[in-house]
Amino acid sequence: MAKKKNKSNVKNHVLIPKHEKLSEKEKKTMLEKYNVSLKELPKITKEDPAIESLNVKEGDIIKITRKSETAGKAVFYRGVISE
Amino acid sequence: MAKAIDLTKEHVHKKVENIVFGVASPQLINKMATAKIVTPELYDKEGYPVDGGLMDIRLGVIDPGLRCKTCGSKLKECIGHFGYIELARPVVHISFIKVVLDLLRSTCKECGKVLIPKDRVNRYKTRLDKAEIEGGLEGRRDEVKKIIRKLKTVNKCPYCKARQKKISIEKPTAFLENDKKISPIEVRTRLERIPDEDLFVFGLKPGYVRPEWMILTVMPIPPVTIRPSITLESGERSEDDLTHKLGDIVRINQRLFENINAGAPEIIIEDLWDLLQYHITTFFNNNVAQLPPARHRSGQPLKTITERIKSKGGRIRHNLAGKRTNFSSRTVISPDPMIKLNEVGVPKIVAMKLSVPEIVTEWNIEYLKEFVKRGPEEYPGANYIIRPDGKKKKITEETQEALLEEMEPGFIVERQLMDGDIAIFNRQPSLHRMSMMCHKVRVLKGKTFRLNPAVCHPYNADFDGDEMNLHIPQTEEARAEAEILMEVQTQLISPRYGLSVIGCIQDSISGNYLLTKRKSFSRKEAVSILHDAGISDFSRLPNKKKISGKEIFSVVLPEDFEFKGKSRAENEEGDKEVLIKKGKLIKGVMDRDNLGEGSGLLLRNIHKKYGENSAIKILGKIFKLGTTYLSKHGFTAALSDTDLPEVAKTKIRKILNDAESEVNNLISLYHQGKLEIFPGRTMKETLELKILELLNKARNESGNIVAEHLDKNTGSSIMSDSGSRGGPLNLAQMAAVVGQQALRGKRIGKGYFERTLSIFKKGDLSSRSRGFIKDGYKRGLEPHEFFFGAITGRDSLMDTALRTPKSGYLYRRLANAMQDLKVEYDKTVRDASGKIVQFKYGEDGIDVSKSEDGLLNIQRIIDNVK
Repeated sequence: MAKKKNKSNVKNHVLIPKHEKLSEKEKKTMLEKYNVSLKELPKITKEDPAIESLNVKEGDIIKITRKSETAGKAVFYRGVISE
Repeated sequence: MAKAIDLTKEHVHKKVENIVFGVASPQLINKMATAKIVTPELYDKEGYPVDGGLMDIRLGVIDPGLRCKTCGSKLKECIGHFGYIELARPVVHISFIKVVLDLLRSTCKECGKVLIPKDRVNRYKTRLDKAEIEGGLEGRRDEVKKIIRKLKTVNKCPYCKARQKKISIEKPTAFLENDKKISPIEVRTRLERIPDEDLFVFGLKPGYVRPEWMILTVMPIPPVTIRPSITLESGERSEDDLTHKLGDIVRINQRLFENINAGAPEIIIEDLWDLLQYHITTFFNNNVAQLPPARHRSGQPLKTITERIKSKGGRIRHNLAGKRTNFSSRTVISPDPMIKLNEVGVPKIVAMKLSVPEIVTEWNIEYLKEFVKRGPEEYPGANYIIRPDGKKKKITEETQEALLEEMEPGFIVERQLMDGDIAIFNRQPSLHRMSMMCHKVRVLKGKTFRLNPAVCHPYNADFDGDEMNLHIPQTEEARAEAEILMEVQTQLISPRYGLSVIGCIQDSISGNYLLTKRKSFSRKEAVSILHDAGISDFSRLPNKKKISGKEIFSVVLPEDFEFKGKSRAENEEGDKEVLIKKGKLIKGVMDRDNLGEGSGLLLRNIHKKYGENSAIKILGKIFKLGTTYLSKHGFTAALSDTDLPEVAKTKIRKILNDAESEVNNLISLYHQGKLEIFPGRTMKETLELKILELLNKARNESGNIVAEHLDKNTGSSIMSDSGSRGGPLNLAQMAAVVGQQALRGKRIGKGYFERTLSIFKKGDLSSRSRGFIKDGYKRGLEPHEFFFGAITGRDSLMDTALRTPKSGYLYRRLANAMQDLKVEYDKTVRDASGKIVQFKYGEDGIDVSKSEDGLLNIQRIIDNVK
């Protein structure tokens, strides 16, 4: 996907939490920790603007670190799907 | 799966092992039918069902005394049997319209094959299977939809090269090809041509469904047992809606037959055919968008098959999901602060109707015989006896002797409700688990259920005519479960915010506030108060002549209780600290922040340290102590409570006058266009915002002056200070100024053109004309002020009346969407299929019901460990 030059990157917006791609190893430990398969995770599409620059493919896992009202910081995981 | 029965040919009624959903084939309809219906007549002159009529006795019996011609059994034994009618012309089934349309569009009109080239059929098959693995049946269904959407655009058959025409639908039941109507006969022949192998594309399984079955050629007639007629008092028969509808169908069908056989012109036949289609459609669903619903002669729409099942009032939500219970009761509720928190006052007449079954044993036989002897008329008696063979006998004067005689271990006596029995008490809407709690019965005189006012909060009850339900569990297990899981004390801590939902209210808070504030009591007074509050152990009362209120209060606290907290009101020393050491209240006053519902940290700590049973006992004592002290002390809210000294009055007047001239200033600035505009606002909006801010400030300032100058020792002030009812705002509104009346966040601007009332000039923006009430309730309002007050009052009344059902529906949707979410052992929140919703419950993994207001008080944990 060709990037448009003038398009501002949503990643820099205050309301977009931090998105990271898990490495294969991290992915494995994460799935083991929660004893789940990819299917049981919440989903995020490959085209999601927030992960545009992470160079993801279907089956990757995205780690999202959000601010939380109750816990200060909360970690979520999402499995990447294509449309 | 067990060996599949050929459902196309066989009609089964046996024990259910598995269920297959399919479409009934004409052969199946024929096979399961016991009678062919040929006449719309129901009964002959003698009132006997006509053979071949809709009430044919081969279809089952609904009259006592008659026997079913098919199975030979009597009323209630025979479950009924289907019949059938042969339709003169095929008719579309309204529920299958969409499927039929899809089928027509995606198959060749000439050869019937699916419009997919041969070499690609398999690819589609794997695509569907893959979707099923990923997304279950739902996923497969979505995939089917996608494929069909694509096939719509193919316009040449890949097999026979026939051109495909555009097929559309003329709602509700007609199919069009290039805007020309295709008859159901033609539709049916096309569907017949579709080969079995192609059906998978549409999610249909050959063997269970054939497309052409979706066009009816024969129709099943439901058994009379599902459409029983009612005999009215006048001896007239009133038939069920379904029977009426079926009568229409049979009548038109016969006419159609006759006309076809007589060779009537095509137009007449067409008309009758359409009419038949209408009747059959409304028979299945009388709520089709484009069709006028079939009606009774009275104009009320008929309730046909779909309406019987669908929505609230339908079979599922009304009959299957909604249950009715025996051993339950409902009346108006009223308060009784003298009964315990976990008791419910039951009127004697109710207690004599409700009963508890008790099994007769060697040891209680004499005890239970006494109940039987008293019978149903004398309380506490017994209403029924159940013999070991299950026969239930009512106890009456005639049967009493005989029953007493034969009573022996193994019998069950249904004894009337007595003190201490277990009951489940409930108030709708049951939004909470605290909306249904278990109480112990207390039989009282009167005709209302009584509850301790402290438990109003979890039920959200008041006594303006509220009614509540009472259920009596009938088995030992049910009683144990209710007592262990649902009793009031087990529900003390709310799972919503982790504080006590039950606390002191109203008089009890005022009472405890006054008690803990007062410095000296004579010993006699102290003992009297404690005694009247139901406390008989005075050993913890200091052995002195003069006893302080705090010492009296401390009597009800546990001996080793330690607590540090804050109160709402100031204590003698001018701060808000509350200190309890070794079960003695050393410093501070008791008010809402400590004793109230949904706030009391004091209650939370007692609960944590001493457990729920002690907590409810202590709470009960505190509550009673408060109310008894208040009734001894005496309590009045007088008109003079809101008297202000002249100084305060002048100050307030000045503040209001200043505010008004300031507002006028702003308005003239606005008219001159010199007002400084807020970013993103128009000048008018800026003006409004500034005025609102100004007037609010003025009211708050007058409120502060009121608070400063009011006598602290009046009933109204005490209520406000202790938090038992009302706040500083209410006092200020009574004593000084009611303030700005707002409608949807703005000053009142409605009414006449550019003015609110005809007494004002057009374009008048002053505070006076836009709903600022500068008087207090005590002094009285001016007519236009009163009117502004009425406007906002009516608006908020309307608002609550309209909001309640809306929020109820919102809640229903939320509850249904989240009902099977569950916190697993690894603290993740998952749905029923194991999908993760939250990775850590509440993002912090805290069980709110074990916290204080959703937080963990680490300091206290450390203190406790030390």
